[in-house]
Amino acid sequence: MSEKKLAIIATKGTLDWAYPPFILSSTAAALGYDVMIFFTFYGLQLLKKDLNLKVSPLGNPGMPMPMGMDKWFPVLGTAIPGMESMMTMMMKNTMKKKGVASIEDLRELCVEADVKLVACQMTVDLFDMDQSEFLDGLDFVGAASFFEFAGDSDITLYI
Amino acid sequence: MADFDQELDARGLNCPLPILRAKKAINGMDSGQVLRIIATDPGSVKDFEAFAKQTGNELMESTEAGGEFTFLMKKG
Repeated sequence: MSEKKLAIIATKGTLDWAYPPFILSSTAAALGYDVMIFFTFYGLQLLKKDLNLKVSPLGNPGMPMPMGMDKWFPVLGTAIPGMESMMTMMMKNTMKKKGVASIEDLRELCVEADVKLVACQMTVDLFDMDQSEFLDGLDFVGAASFFEFAGDSDITLYI
Repeated sequence: MADFDQELDARGLNCPLPILRAKKAINGMDSGQVLRIIATDPGSVKDFEAFAKQTGNELMESTEAGGEFTFLMKKG
């Protein structure tokens, strides 16, 4: 069976948006794909040694709120301090209850499956980040490196 | 119920964990051996069909009883 290739650009750094790149990559690797994820802008948060990802109800009317909160909670209420932490905690508890893997676990599964995780060096410079904040063994690259891999990929996704 | 060589309990796990755990188990098996998987994720029914098609393993059996899905996967 000839090996297929999947290239993903991950641009978002919230708990909810952390799932698609890691779910798709780990699954593709299990199906025999050669996979690369290029993390850029806020997506770089997903490569930090210490993940501190949050989910926010602010500006996200599609997010189901627990206990019917969306019925009586005014939109402005989602901006109350502490709301983000509370929603993040509730989301994590729900995920655990439903048997959804944590991002830490999915990321580890990707690493074990040899998914290539590469970080955008330009973003690291832009936000004054330090390479030591990130997982060990990452490549810090630019757009040309993405195209070297993605150029002959079967699937390319922008998330 | 056909014989199997190894069993994977994927009950309570959600997408994509049943597939990932099954892949890991199959990696450690010999060609022709059979893995029995028990799952509770309804999405796993279609997913194990798709997994078999794409990986060259054979889905010999797929059954449901009392909210549990049982699969027999023969390593190709």
